[in-house]
Amino acid sequence: MHNLTIAELVKGLQSKEFTSVELTQHFLDRIGSLDSAYNAVITVTAEQALKAAAAADQRLAAGNAPELCGVPILHKDIFCTDGVRTSCGSKMLDNFIPPYNATVVENFEQAGAVVLGKTNMDEFAMGSSNETSYYGPVKNPWATDSVPGGSSGGSAAAVAARLAPGATATDTGGSIRQPAALCGVSGIKPTYGRVSRWGMIAFASSLDQGGPMARTAEDCALLLNCMASYDDKDSTCIDREVPDYTATLNSSVKGLRIGIPKEYFSEGLHPGTDKAVRAALADLEAQGAELVEISLPNSALSVPAYYVIAPAEASANLSRFDGSRYGYRCEDPKDLQDMYCRSRSEGFGEEVQRRILIGTYCLSAGYYDAYYGKAQQVRQLIQQDFVSAFENVDLIMGPTCPSPAFKAGSKGDDPVAMYLEDIYTIATNLAGLPGMSIPCGMVEDKPVGLQIIGNYFDEARMLNAAHQYQQTSDWHTQAPEGIA
Amino acid sequence: MSWDTVIGLEIHVQLATKTKIFSGASTAYGAEPNTQACAIDLAMPGTLPVLNKQAVNYAIMFGLAIDAEIGQVSAFERKNYFYPDLPKGYQTTQLEKPIVGRGNVEIQLADGRTKNVRIHHAHLEEDAGKSLHEGNFNSSFSGIDLNRAGTPLIEIVSEPDMSNAEEAIAFAKKIHSIVTSIGICDGEMSQGSMRFDVNVSVKPSGSDTLGTRTETKNLNSFKFMEEAIKREVARQIDVIEDGGTIAQETRLYNGETKVARSMRSKEEANDYRYFPCPDLLPVVVSDEQVEELRRNLPELPDARQARFVEQYELSEYDAGILSSDAAMANYFETVSSACKNPKLAANWTMGELSARLNSQDLSIGNSPVSAEQLAGLIVRIADNSISGKMAKEVFEAIWAGEGSADKIIEARGLKQVSDSGALEQMVADVLAANQAMVDDYINTDEAKRKKKLGGFMGQIMKASKGQANPQQVNQILAQKLNELL
Repeated sequence: MHNLTIAELVKGLQSKEFTSVELTQHFLDRIGSLDSAYNAVITVTAEQALKAAAAADQRLAAGNAPELCGVPILHKDIFCTDGVRTSCGSKMLDNFIPPYNATVVENFEQAGAVVLGKTNMDEFAMGSSNETSYYGPVKNPWATDSVPGGSSGGSAAAVAARLAPGATATDTGGSIRQPAALCGVSGIKPTYGRVSRWGMIAFASSLDQGGPMARTAEDCALLLNCMASYDDKDSTCIDREVPDYTATLNSSVKGLRIGIPKEYFSEGLHPGTDKAVRAALADLEAQGAELVEISLPNSALSVPAYYVIAPAEASANLSRFDGSRYGYRCEDPKDLQDMYCRSRSEGFGEEVQRRILIGTYCLSAGYYDAYYGKAQQVRQLIQQDFVSAFENVDLIMGPTCPSPAFKAGSKGDDPVAMYLEDIYTIATNLAGLPGMSIPCGMVEDKPVGLQIIGNYFDEARMLNAAHQYQQTSDWHTQAPEGIA
Repeated sequence: MSWDTVIGLEIHVQLATKTKIFSGASTAYGAEPNTQACAIDLAMPGTLPVLNKQAVNYAIMFGLAIDAEIGQVSAFERKNYFYPDLPKGYQTTQLEKPIVGRGNVEIQLADGRTKNVRIHHAHLEEDAGKSLHEGNFNSSFSGIDLNRAGTPLIEIVSEPDMSNAEEAIAFAKKIHSIVTSIGICDGEMSQGSMRFDVNVSVKPSGSDTLGTRTETKNLNSFKFMEEAIKREVARQIDVIEDGGTIAQETRLYNGETKVARSMRSKEEANDYRYFPCPDLLPVVVSDEQVEELRRNLPELPDARQARFVEQYELSEYDAGILSSDAAMANYFETVSSACKNPKLAANWTMGELSARLNSQDLSIGNSPVSAEQLAGLIVRIADNSISGKMAKEVFEAIWAGEGSADKIIEARGLKQVSDSGALEQMVADVLAANQAMVDDYINTDEAKRKKKLGGFMGQIMKASKGQANPQQVNQILAQKLNELL
């Protein structure tokens, strides 16, 4: 059952080939027996899951159940779950049990999806290797000595290892696409404002966006149908009808104009990744798409701009974790200052503290204009690059990340090398555009991701192109050794 | 050497919305601690702010009331600092693009002059919670009440256009009058609905160069503000005349103990690291929205004052006092229309009633004497049922909760005797019983006789237990004594 796609599981559940309880138990068993090797899931909610599965079976029996009714999924531990610990991968929130659901969680609950548990992640979504989690690193199922990418490494590894058919994730600078690429799964970060951020613990509010991960583009479409919604609790959520993303999956890509940014195929790109991505583009060309070389001239500025804006917003967003109302509080504080300092020094990990310090510095009097002000200007330029590019092309494609999964611990001492992991993904967050990654090859026995960038709210076209590619390729069906 | 004082005010006005500026929690005053703080107010992880449209409308109404520019696009920023009563670790406020731009407020001074005070801007922001350092907490703990956290405020920032405490108080009172008149603030100073930060500096008379200023924060009454300004001006002059210099600092003034002290110096000031709040979109105000608010803007104090002069034939001064407070103006109009006697309604509202309210620190909204009750009393004064002196007694009884004027007059038998037959008999009896006084009167020079009337009046009022109509008695007495001459 774990090799079935969500689309197939939906059919199986609706035609009563199996029940949601059977399916749920199967995935719970897999998590129980396999996850010790990956550490992808940090909280398993077996009891609630089986209860929800039984309820889903009743709805299915009654007929007219929503599409995802009875389908088991995992939530990234950044989404607040009513009554279930939501740690954000941090010691700071190790004891935090929210009394409310994130809108994303609520949407899946309404649809009757079954939540198996919560996935591991980089602490407060800050990281590209899933090594900053308080709950220990996640291992890449394709090579357990390598990282799964981050920050949604737990979700990506869990889907790759077939611990769940799909999972929620979030992407601030590449946190859905990079781990999806490194773990050989499909994932989409929608347009900023498409998915509600209510109940999604903030890292950098103007960049954060939730999205789904699954093995296929079609499954991503099914999950996004449920995940995307207008939400008046999130002022940045955009009131725009959610299309049925599965409706146009089978359209032809004939005549589709695909922009290939030359800046994404330059120094630093692994030759194997280069080759795999170009081969995938050739496949789409063979299907009738037209490849157009384009330029995104300010691409090189995206990493420095991002590492000003994201930490700046994070430095304020994380101020609420002060030890006074919830979360970690140090032992026996001697006064207020001591409580603040020790709670935050002991509760936050090193990378989180580094980014708070960077952000605080960038916003300080005398530095604001040179850093934050300048970064916002760069952000405008980067956005303008894309706006110009989309005047001539329908989609933009290139590699998701410069190279396949790197060895665990290999970049831990060099934050800048780690930050460059996101060199191809960050620009879309700065521009607010949707971005996607799908498997398109193997290098050194590790997966390679093809990145697809769309215009604002053009997720359906991205999913369509990805689905069409997956009709003539089988990278998305491959499984790590010992998994299938 | 003589000195000029320069004063600018920052006034925090709590907006009278039912819910908070970024959450649906109630803003009602006086609830049990932390019962009116929802997940957003507590800054729980993952929660997000949604702007209260009514707060925006109220801010625009204030802008219209002071003839200010309305920011078509205003934006919120985060002001970052750590304090336990600030749950998010930042205050959401406006800095670069406030909703209300430059405006003007005209103040009237006691000597009849008027003066214009320029408003630099007014911006929307959220209030913080309260730290409780006493009560049930032992010395190592402080309590935090977050009921007030997220209450909508506008902060009104004036230019340094005031040159003494009187002008500053007149300005503060005028703002109070405007915001209560247009209904955007309940004006309850004792509940913190308006709080003042006072920027004060002094300079040699006539000098063009401003002196170093200090800011005294969080004054919550006109009286404390006046004291704080006077003390600060005197302190600054003393320091300079003793050869010292004024340090730019933030100060606190304790109105109870009358002690002012430095809170923090310029060097200790926080770097608030303002930046645009990414959780909130810019506030876009349409011309239609502004025009609709303008059409529906309640009467402003100046217009009301002019109307009171015109409609009720009150003096400028009386009309000014009555129109300065929206609740008092409404009270007066209710009394006046019920008793059909604007002059007496004005006198009683400004006089006896205001004095009693002030002495007990009550607002007119909480007056034990309703407008209807006061009108009932005035009707009985106007138709001579009771004398002015009796009226005060009746007023006291109404205040004490004994019911309507008619009921009290009846129950206490206070009805004034105005029957001329009865009064004539009463006067005749008193004259007959006091022959010595009558003789004395007759023997007194004509020019000095008038002074002797008081003695007879006293006797007559005593005999009537105060119920004789004094004007009629006067007349009858004069007539009867004349007959004896």
